[in-house]
Amino acid sequence: MMHINPTLSQKIMKVLLWGLTGLTIGILFFIIFFIFFNGLPQISWTFLSSNPVDMGRSGGIWATIVSTVYLIGIALFFATPLGLGTAIFLTEYTREGLITKIIRFGTESLAGIPSIILGLFGFAIFVMAFGWGWSLLSGGLTLSTMLLPTIIRTSEESILAVPREYREVAFSLGVGKWKTITRVVLPSALPGIMTGIVLSIARSVGETAVIIFTAGSSLRFPESIFESGRTLAVHFYILAREGISMSMAYGTAAILVLLILIINISAYLLMRMFMKKFS
Amino acid sequence: MKEKVIEKILTLLAFSAISILLLITAFIFKEGFPLILKAGINDFLFSAKWAPTKGHFGILSMVISSLAVTFGSIVMGVPLALACAITLAEFCPPRLLVFLKPTIELLAGIPSVVFGFLGVILLVPLIREYLGGPGLSLLAASIILAIMILPTITSISIDAIQAVPLLYKEGALAMGATHWQAIRLVILPAARSGVVTAIILGMARAIGETMAVIMVAGNALKIPVSILDPVRTLTSTIALEMGYSAGDHRTALFAAGIILFIFIMGLNILANALMRKK
Repeated sequence: MMHINPTLSQKIMKVLLWGLTGLTIGILFFIIFFIFFNGLPQISWTFLSSNPVDMGRSGGIWATIVSTVYLIGIALFFATPLGLGTAIFLTEYTREGLITKIIRFGTESLAGIPSIILGLFGFAIFVMAFGWGWSLLSGGLTLSTMLLPTIIRTSEESILAVPREYREVAFSLGVGKWKTITRVVLPSALPGIMTGIVLSIARSVGETAVIIFTAGSSLRFPESIFESGRTLAVHFYILAREGISMSMAYGTAAILVLLILIINISAYLLMRMFMKKFS
Repeated sequence: MKEKVIEKILTLLAFSAISILLLITAFIFKEGFPLILKAGINDFLFSAKWAPTKGHFGILSMVISSLAVTFGSIVMGVPLALACAITLAEFCPPRLLVFLKPTIELLAGIPSVVFGFLGVILLVPLIREYLGGPGLSLLAASIILAIMILPTITSISIDAIQAVPLLYKEGALAMGATHWQAIRLVILPAARSGVVTAIILGMARAIGETMAVIMVAGNALKIPVSILDPVRTLTSTIALEMGYSAGDHRTALFAAGIILFIFIMGLNILANALMRKK
């Protein structure tokens, strides 16, 4: 066997590892570039502001934007209080023990459940058992089960990052526990909590499997949350898969990727702001 | 008084995630289990004949396909993900790290439908042209999944590598080891349980992924014999047939969901146990 001297093998490995990392980052930039290159030229004010016509062959994507916003709004309406409440309980009201173990197991396991299973669940409970049919309400509620673990985790981390002394000072001034939490702890933890919510929005924007089973894919402009609606991502999926219109598909994909970029970058900046504050 | 009420409410809220998990388990089993009993466990799990409208409910080919795409994505995704993790955690200057880590995590934010779409447009024709077959294949699905699970594995592995005490590395370097020798012989072995956890969570993501797989895997109902064969996974079958299924057919899809659920929970519990051991 040929013996390679350690300094040389170190050099080779370093080049190889950097090369593979470069490849990965290259793939990401390629995806973004490819979608923007083909999709951005399709985007215009009319594309954004008019409703889809003829299954999406012409017209725009306004109805799908509205459905997406409704769905995310409903999901956050339920997931935020549940998630934040859980985080406050875990950090302020209990010590590590059996109960926190059970709660953490539930949160971690729920985070690992794939969206298709959540979709089946939402279909069985909201669409069928509750009789709400394919609707934005069924979809939003199902989506909230997907967002809950992220919101719990990020809120918990942010609340934990708030220094002990903040609470001690408030207590020593005779402020009650709940008032300390709402007036001192939560405001300090706010950017971190917002990061979790913002990241949840990014996940929701790209989600399809959960939504197609529970909110359906009606292209009509949603008049209420009891109607079916088609989100941007579902619209893109149907346009691309059924070959309805490539130019519309690229345009929709570009909007999706653009939204996700903007949302993720804002989350990143929020997080940095938060970290700076406490270090 | 008010404080007590608030504490009660928060305690209730805190049980939301675990309650939802239990509800999911209950509903999936309630909807799907009757069919497993009706068809018989053997004919359900170990038959590849799936014709749910004619009373055949064998999911073997889908289970094998799901495992095959998962395995394929691990074979391709893990080396790439580990390379990224080692580079970022060990070779990368900290100022670059704060930029590169979120960049790789951004890859996880790209919607799975976009991955599937690019797979169909770019990857599938390449496979068809240069390797043969229909292009829509086990290979295509594995490659797309490998890219999709990469951020999960990289990000958790970075944390595992960074958690190794600096003393280990300094000790190895002091003994005259090169940086790469220290990584290979000291740091990686010390970070092993974290890296394995990362891989298991990556597997769970791969086996549960749906939309991207539907778009590139070809969805043919058979046991694959080559990586160029089209395959139909458990998740694809559920998603493709849910819309028009009824009666026993719908129940059978929930039953397929039970099997998927068991796989996922198994992987999650394993990952959890490993994490805790550390």
